[in-house]
Parts: sequence; C-alpha cells; structure tokens
Amino acid sequence: MNFHAIKAIYRYEMARMFRTAVQSIVAPVLSTSLYFVIFGSAIGSRITEIDGVSYGSFIVPGLIMLSIMTESISNSSFAIYFPKFTGTIFEVLSAPVSYGEVILGYVGAAATKSVIIGAIILATASLFVDIQIAHPFVMITFLLLTCISFCLFGFILGIWATGWEKLTIVPILIIMPLTFLGGTFYSISMLPPAWQTISLFNPVVYLISGFRWSFYENADVAVGLSLGITVGFLLACLLVVRWIFKTGYRLRS
Amino acid sequence: MTAMISISGLNKHYAGGFQALKDVDLEIQRGEIFALLGPNGAGKTTLINIVCGIVNGTSGEVLVDGHNIDGDYRVTRSRIGLVPQELPTESFETVWNTCRFSRGLFGKPPGPQQIEKVLRSLSLWDKKDTPCMELSGGMKRRVLIAKALAHEPEVLFLDEPTAGVDVELRQDMWNVVAALRDEGATVILTTHYIEEAEQLADRVGVINNGEIILTEDKTRLMHELGKKELVLHLSETLAAIPASLSDFSLELGNSGRDLTYSYDTKQESTGITALLKELQAAGLHFNDLQTSQSSLEDIFVDLVNRD
Ligand SMILES: Nc1ncnc2c1ncn2[C@@H]1O[C@H](COP(=O)(O)OP(=O)(O)O)[C@@H](O)[C@H]1O
Ligand SMILES: [Mg+2]
Repeated sequence: MNFHAIKAIYRYEMARMFRTAVQSIVAPVLSTSLYFVIFGSAIGSRITEIDGVSYGSFIVPGLIMLSIMTESISNSSFAIYFPKFTGTIFEVLSAPVSYGEVILGYVGAAATKSVIIGAIILATASLFVDIQIAHPFVMITFLLLTCISFCLFGFILGIWATGWEKLTIVPILIIMPLTFLGGTFYSISMLPPAWQTISLFNPVVYLISGFRWSFYENADVAVGLSLGITVGFLLACLLVVRWIFKTGYRLRS
Repeated sequence: MTAMISISGLNKHYAGGFQALKDVDLEIQRGEIFALLGPNGAGKTTLINIVCGIVNGTSGEVLVDGHNIDGDYRVTRSRIGLVPQELPTESFETVWNTCRFSRGLFGKPPGPQQIEKVLRSLSLWDKKDTPCMELSGGMKRRVLIAKALAHEPEVLFLDEPTAGVDVELRQDMWNVVAALRDEGATVILTTHYIEEAEQLADRVGVINNGEIILTEDKTRLMHELGKKELVLHLSETLAAIPASLSDFSLELGNSGRDLTYSYDTKQESTGITALLKELQAAGLHFNDLQTSQSSLEDIFVDLVNRD
C-alpha cells in the first residue's frame, strides 16, 4: 500500500476545499436555508403533518440527502476532471499508485467534504425545526454510504466527461430530477398509485426513505431494501471504477 | 550489469490506428546521460510516456532496472521522475505544497530537506510560498523539474527540457543535469536541439518516424560520421583550381581567396600532407588555415534525410 500517496492526494484535495470554503460550505448551507424558508415555512404552513411529523421536520433528511448527493457528485467529478483538463493528471498516472489508492485519496476527500456538509446542514436545520434521530447508527451508515457511492459516481462522471458541458449536464439532467422526484418534499404514499409504482424505479427514493426512517421511523419502503439498493449502487460504481482503471478508459491512451 | 532501461520490440498504435513506435529496441545504462534526438512527431514523447506509465504500449517489453513496467509498476515508477513536454498549468497550490504532493504521491515519507535542496538548486527557494499560477512560464518549468526531483528518482526523463526557455534557465537546467550525473542518476532527455545533445549527452539515439535509426556514443558518432574541413586562406586570389590539384576534393570560395578541403576522418590518411606538397609545387601560398568539424546537427540532418 502506498499510504504516502493516499495521504498526499487526500491532503491536497482537502486543502482545495478549505481554499474554496465559501463555495464548498456556505453555498449548500445557504441553499438549504432557502429551502426551509420556501418549503418549510411557506408551504409547510399549509401541510401540517406527514405521518405524524411536522412538515418542516419531515423534509430535513431529504434535504440533507439532496445536498450531499449533488455536492458529492460535483466535488468528486471536478476533482478528477480538473487535472485531466489541465494536464496535471500525468503525475498521478506516472506515480506508483494502484487505482484503489487513487480512489481512496480522491473519493475519500470528496466524501469527507460531503459528510461535513451534511453535518452542517443538519445543524442549520436544527435551528429551524425540531429534529429527532431515532437510529443514529443507521443514520450515519446511510450518510456514509450515500456520500461514498455518489462520490464514486462523480469520479466516474469526471473521467467520462470530455468537456465542461458534459460535466454539468449529467447532474442537471439526471440527478436533479431523480432527487426532486425521490421524495425529498413529500411522502411517496401521497402520490397517485401509478406514480407510486413509477417512483419505485427511482433509486433515490430508497436512499431518502431509508435515511428518513433513521430519523422518524417512517419509511416509504422497507429499510432493509433501502440499504440493499444503496449498497448495490456502491458496488456498481466500484465495478465501473475498477474497469476504468484496468482499461485506462479516457485516462491512458 | 542490468541496463537501467531496457526496451525490446516496443510498438505503439494509437486509437486512430496511427503507429507511433515501430519495433523499438533500446538500452540505456545506469548513470548514462542519453539524448533522444528526432524531429517533431518522431515518437519521442510517446516512448517516454510508455516508460513512465502514462501511455500503454501496444506490444513489446519495457524493463526498468530489470523490473517490468506493467507487472512491477510500483518499483519502476517510484524510481522515475518525469518533466513533461507540455506545461500543465498548476493551480492555486504553492510551490512548496505541490512539491510535497509529488513526493508523497511517489511513496516517499515527508522530506523537507530534500525539497529544500531541490528548490534551492533551481533558484525557487524564495518562491516556495508563491501559488504556482502566479509564476512565469520559465518558473513553472522549474517547478515541474522540482516536482520530478522531489522523490529522489534514479532516472530522470526530461522531455524537450529547453524548448522555448531563456538562457538562464537553460544553464540552470544543465547544471541540474550535471549534478544528477555526479550523483549517479540516469538522465534521458529528448530534444530536437542538437546543441543540447552535443553539450550534455554521453550517448545519442536518433529516432525518426517511430524507428530508432541509430544509437551511438556521442564522441564516436561525431568522429565516425563527422567530416572535417580544412580552410586555407590564400595570399593571392585564384581564378580556378589548378589541374594538378584535381585529385583532391577542393572548393574555391570567398572570391578565390579561400580553398576548402574536405576529408573524412575515417580514412587511413587524410591526404593533407600530399595536398600541401602539391600546393607548394603549384606555387600557391597561404597565410592562414583553420579546420572545422561537422556538428551533430549536420550529422542529424544527414541521417534523417537519408531515406
Ligand atoms: N494521443 C494520441 N493519439 C493519436 N496520435 C498521437 C497521440 N499522441 C501522439 N500521436 C502521434 O504520434 C506521433 C508521435 O508523437 P510524439 O510521440 O508526441 O512525437 P515527438 O515527441 O517526437 O514530437 C505524432 O505523429 C503524433 O501526432
Ligand atoms: Mg514530444
């Protein structure tokens, strides 16, 4: 194991985050606060409770998920796309590192940022509404799994992207709709039956449902299933990353 | 003794089907300074990038100190430092941090003394806390060299190190190469400036269209392929070369004032003595003479244009 290399990448990436602390931390906090004002206060005053939880509290887990998914993807995809774009990637390619070490460095750093952002949002939210966490360990498990798998996904996106448009279009075109339709702001059971069925094809539904269960013990789908789908997504991303490094796809000509 | 770099039967076909390297065989010994000469597009960068692990070879074998670059990549890559041809624009990181990053990436424990030594040798010490992007082009190249040396490599690749750099940097770079040689490191540089090879290298390889045309000890190459010229400045101008001198390859220049004699250093006898005798017999006097030797440049142009 080249621990020095993992540390070097991790440290380098974390330094980048602190250099851009405003972008990295303040922006998600601000946008979450706005969601609270709009959805929590304005709309929430008309929807009193969902499954015995006040609307403001109900949306907290979904909002955290929403933020960490988008942040994970954008941080991680940028982290690998940028050196590819500027050419500094040559150094990583010529270094005595395995793909596992590269992943640990880049994805580890990006996932750390996401966890920090998730914690900050949780703290921000607790200023607005009452939050209980019924199953802290399950909550942390879901948080970590989501951060890691979406950072991996972002990493894949960053390697695949051959231009800035591709880098931004995937989050906007695919991830945004999936997260908004994933039950952040509503319970799936509030939808007409046909849409409920369609929602079950959206993997994000499982993430948010499982995560919300760890807070309030109410879920749209069974927690075990949520966990299974999350782990499955993580494994799928790992397989793709492994394939990328084995073949040198878009990294080595 | 195993060669430091040993390349055999190396081929590279790029994705478009273009063959950039054709059956390349090359051995570079430990401690050698090797210059790979070739025109643009010859395949120099491709060759280097394969040895460093940035480009995958299509077939063939590359060994670094006896270790295979694929199977034993951790061993081979940790011994190699690369200064690339392109100048990737480094970011907001400071000079110090980017060097520390390079050292860690190549598996070395923190070594502030080594980084300091490298930065000082490249006149970068007072810039250590400057973000890379605030540096000039020449300074950025120094940083790239510092990064490549931060992990104390045994082999250093310099891809077109002095393309478009100022005199001062070129001199610094040559000093760095000389210091590395004294430490026993192996240095491989590519260039299309013959001057560079002539100044620095122990051995020269010439590559053209993806093929190594020759590798040769530099002095021997210049000796074997080199032509010498003897220029005689005549006391009086001459209208034509006298018939008695027609056996010699002579040229009259400078409005009949200079007589230039070309001879081959490989020949048993240079013919100079005979020429001088004949000149005397013809009653020609000269008041000065000089000899010159063809440079690597002439040799190189000759070689590349041969086919
Ligand atoms: N990634 C690539 N894809 C396709 N062709 C390439 C690629 N990189 C280099 N080449 C081609 O391979 C040849 C050798 O390039 P290179 O090794 O950079 O030459 P040199 O460094 O000697 O100038 C050139 O004709 C170049 O166009
Ligand atoms: Mg080149």
